[in-house]
Amino acid sequence: MAVNAQDAAPKAALLYDAKFRSILYQIITLVLLIGFIAFLATNTISNLEKRGIATGFEFLKHPAGFGVPFSLIEYSEASSYGRAFVVSVLNTLFVSACGIVLATILGFILGVARLSPNWIIARIATVYVEVIRNVPLLLQILFWYVGVLSALPTLRESINIGDSIFLNNRGFYTPLPIAEPGFMAIPIAFLIGIIATSLVSRWAKKRQEATGEQFPVFLTGTGLIIGLPVLAAIVTGFPWTMEYPVLKGFNFRGGFVLIPEFAALLFALTLYTAAFIGEIVRAGIQAVSHGQTEAAHALGIRPRPTMRLVIIPQAMRVIVPPLTSQYLNLTKNSSLAAAVGYPDLVHMFTGTVLNQTGQALECIGMMMLVYLTISLSISAFMNWYNARIALVER
Amino acid sequence: MTDTTMRDFKSDPIVHTPSPSLPPPSSSVGVIGWMRRNLFSSPINTLLTVLGLYLIYLIVPPLFNWAFWNADLAGDSREFCDSGGACWVFVKIRLTQFLYGFYPEAERWRPNLAIGLGLVALVYCLIDGVPWRKWVALFLLVLYPFVTYFLLSGGVFDMPLVETSKWGGLLLTIVIAVTGIVFSFPIGILLALGRRSNMPVVRMLCVGFIEFVRAVPLISVLFMSLVILPLFLPEGVTFDQLLRALIGVTLFSAAYTAETVRGGLQAIPRGQYEAADAMGLSYWKSMRLIVLPQALKVVIPALVSGSIGLFKDTTLVLIIGLTDLLAMVQLAAADTGWIGYVKEGYVFAAALFFVFCFGMSRYSMYLERKLHTGHKR
Amino acid sequence: MKFTGTFLAAAAALAVGGSAFAGTLDDVKARGQLICGVTTGLAGFAAPDDKGEWQGFDVDVCRAVAAGVFGDPKKVKFVPTTGQSRFPALQSGEVDMLARNTTWTFDRDVKLGFEFTGINFYDGQGFIVRKSLGIKSALELDGASVCVGTGSTTELNLGDFFTANNMSYTPVVYVTADEIRAGYLANRCDAYTTDRSGLAAQRSVFPNPDDHVVLPEVISKEPLGPLVRHGDHQWGDVVRWSLNVMIIAEEKGLTSANVDEKKASTNDPEVKRLLGVEGEYGARLGLSNEWAYNIIKTVGNYAETYERNIGPSTQIALERGVNALWTNGGILYAPPFR
Repeated sequence: MAVNAQDAAPKAALLYDAKFRSILYQIITLVLLIGFIAFLATNTISNLEKRGIATGFEFLKHPAGFGVPFSLIEYSEASSYGRAFVVSVLNTLFVSACGIVLATILGFILGVARLSPNWIIARIATVYVEVIRNVPLLLQILFWYVGVLSALPTLRESINIGDSIFLNNRGFYTPLPIAEPGFMAIPIAFLIGIIATSLVSRWAKKRQEATGEQFPVFLTGTGLIIGLPVLAAIVTGFPWTMEYPVLKGFNFRGGFVLIPEFAALLFALTLYTAAFIGEIVRAGIQAVSHGQTEAAHALGIRPRPTMRLVIIPQAMRVIVPPLTSQYLNLTKNSSLAAAVGYPDLVHMFTGTVLNQTGQALECIGMMMLVYLTISLSISAFMNWYNARIALVER
Repeated sequence: MTDTTMRDFKSDPIVHTPSPSLPPPSSSVGVIGWMRRNLFSSPINTLLTVLGLYLIYLIVPPLFNWAFWNADLAGDSREFCDSGGACWVFVKIRLTQFLYGFYPEAERWRPNLAIGLGLVALVYCLIDGVPWRKWVALFLLVLYPFVTYFLLSGGVFDMPLVETSKWGGLLLTIVIAVTGIVFSFPIGILLALGRRSNMPVVRMLCVGFIEFVRAVPLISVLFMSLVILPLFLPEGVTFDQLLRALIGVTLFSAAYTAETVRGGLQAIPRGQYEAADAMGLSYWKSMRLIVLPQALKVVIPALVSGSIGLFKDTTLVLIIGLTDLLAMVQLAAADTGWIGYVKEGYVFAAALFFVFCFGMSRYSMYLERKLHTGHKR
Repeated sequence: MKFTGTFLAAAAALAVGGSAFAGTLDDVKARGQLICGVTTGLAGFAAPDDKGEWQGFDVDVCRAVAAGVFGDPKKVKFVPTTGQSRFPALQSGEVDMLARNTTWTFDRDVKLGFEFTGINFYDGQGFIVRKSLGIKSALELDGASVCVGTGSTTELNLGDFFTANNMSYTPVVYVTADEIRAGYLANRCDAYTTDRSGLAAQRSVFPNPDDHVVLPEVISKEPLGPLVRHGDHQWGDVVRWSLNVMIIAEEKGLTSANVDEKKASTNDPEVKRLLGVEGEYGARLGLSNEWAYNIIKTVGNYAETYERNIGPSTQIALERGVNALWTNGGILYAPPFR
């Protein structure tokens, strides 16, 4: 009897033991999860079999057969689906990168304008931010697309700037430099400029810490980064020829062209994201205590260096984390390209390629992977940056 | 403003009467003073003011002329649109389609009733200090979705069946947004709790799900529900197109809700958790009675702005072939009789969205102020 | 994820159940309704009228199948599908059949696991351009911008045509027919390409149809027809022979107006078999013996639905051309009914 009771007691205790229960729950979760995944997998396999869909990534080697309106790399109907994939990824990155740069610039202007002592400027910025933030982005993209198409002149009435830049509702045409031998010297000079600038800035920082003397790093850096490539170009004798767009037959041929779909998408993404960035910047600047400005003034620092050396570095700590998520949002929102026909990852790859090949699992999987990679890279970069500028407590 | 040198020390050094202060110069008070301070305080500021005024002059009068002064509202075909401004006739003719999609005319009382019921209950819940408020809120969150579902789809109580493919316009937008908000809320809370759980398996699962969903665009989730979901299901089981979109939207917004709620959970001091444990409360009891009420209160404004985002994002369903408000506008503009009037439709849809979203954002700001004082007390 | 599973399970309870692959005909009968995938709207082929009723040439194929199965052409639920969603919809069993001007190709028949059950319209891809461009042939389109829909054979044919003729072009790719038309009308592109029937349908809704001209070149074969899932032969036969009944009825001069009279008076053994006067042909399909009679009586023969939806007297104004009966110089030909 006594032995039995002793036996029973630990059993009951085991069930009420927090550690044991936690393990039990986890095992149950794991079993459920594996069961769920197995359920999906069996369904998928049997469905694929029933429908006679072959899986695998073989299709990426097959010729695509369709054309694209906009590509940053060489692409033709004979190119493979794999190349079409690369084209679509580059297009997504291109529009996102342009959007991030422009939205950041406009967003900072808006944020400062919101805090402007000038009543009218502050009000205009407020109205802008409120209107843009409360209207769906997709609607704005469609609106700008209609706007761009109807506002721009037709092909025959193209806006002509010096016979080399043309603007009409088929696109924005600019001359394209074609590299000739020796061209590589210019990007190399550019790289050297960047490295030299970073060295100079390190040296200047050390010198300032040692002697207190300041060195015009910004000017020197600009000079190096722009000057060196220019110098290289002069030395090698301008190793490129310009390919000018020429009106031939139905369209302009040659040169570089930005299509209206790109313009509408970029326009809408920039205006939309800038409104959010503006609010982030405003909140960041407001988060810096007024005492900091007063302290800087008390030390005799003039307003401009106060802004540059005291306010902005502190505001950036507040601004950067939400700014990161705005960059991510912009990149994800670029997928709305499907609505206007800009050949981005979603429209061209999960739209056209998926339809032509029927490889749904592969196409959607690749798309998700690309977005995951982009998103993780942006967060990783921003985390690094964040750690760099974070408050160092001494 | 008075100067000490004005005092006459010789006449009476003991009695000290300052002369009355002079009024401030006329240039620093009233309208002129305000303008000097706010518009023309420096040359740069003056330039900005002029630029701003010019910008307003460039945008506002033409917009006003287009939208009101030169606009047409009378008549019933495009022939009536001859004043050069906006052609609101287009919107007027198509208004019922913009609002209800292809929902049968005779049955429109049902969506009206459902939305009216929801609005009344919602407004009731937003008023402070009314009796039964908790119960009305509970009805709104638990019973109301089902009532609405049966009202809209019918098939019971003599109400003819209306297939979901006929739902459209603003009605569909609201249905998707409300479903997404209501259902993503509990899922989001569970995900957030799971992410903070000390069971590694559960935590990893929730982190994986949240981070994955937040990394991809909504449109890819919708595409997945359109193309991949049928592959995942046992053969013969099919989902309604709308239901698939709803699942996609709900799971998507749940991941975002989870992150918001997690922020709230992190804001609760550790002592609260420990105190709950010390009281011997079980995990779920301590969450339900101690932690969540405090955590959710903190994040209500963030939840509302999340809802605004979701409301705007519902427009994406047009890409997978559902006829929401924006899709109805496009469909109507494709009608041969009305080619070229899509701008009016877009402006109308934008105005509707603006009213909804701006209203919600104002309410969230009001809440923020109210809850802030509550917190400080 | 655990909660996701619960949620999915709960949602599945709401979803439509049934074993779609076992026997589609039984499913359709049990449901009391045919579910038919059509386009999101292409005038003359499938589009809802102002009362929300679907009308069109493809729609009539669905109605014929419903008439054959139920004796009532109204027992159809139409599911609008885009070029992208049509195949997943049929594969998953969301629809019983597609009648959605879909081109019969090797890959679709073999690789995607479908069965095409006949051809209800012989089409070919063409181009439409503005008259003001002053071109007479598609071979003059070198360098043009061309508006095209995504996810279709048209996109590939377009590439093939320009490559084969050593010409360059810029595609402008949209998703729906409405978007393509809007893009073309906004002068975003010089030409608009799709099946010639589609071009005619689209031109009929242009503001000034006479300002546009369809170029004479036909750059591809586009046999359009209804399709079902591969492997369900009984259901495939029902759809195939519902379409054939309409063609045979035209051959035999049976119309919705005279079918009652012919049924009573005819001496033609094939007509007798067709209308169920002799033999048990309907039962072999799992249908009533009156099924073919019901199709002809309620939907009409091929010529009737053609004239009603896309014929010369309609806005679409398509001549019969190759779609005339083989006896009238066309290639429309149904296997004998015996």
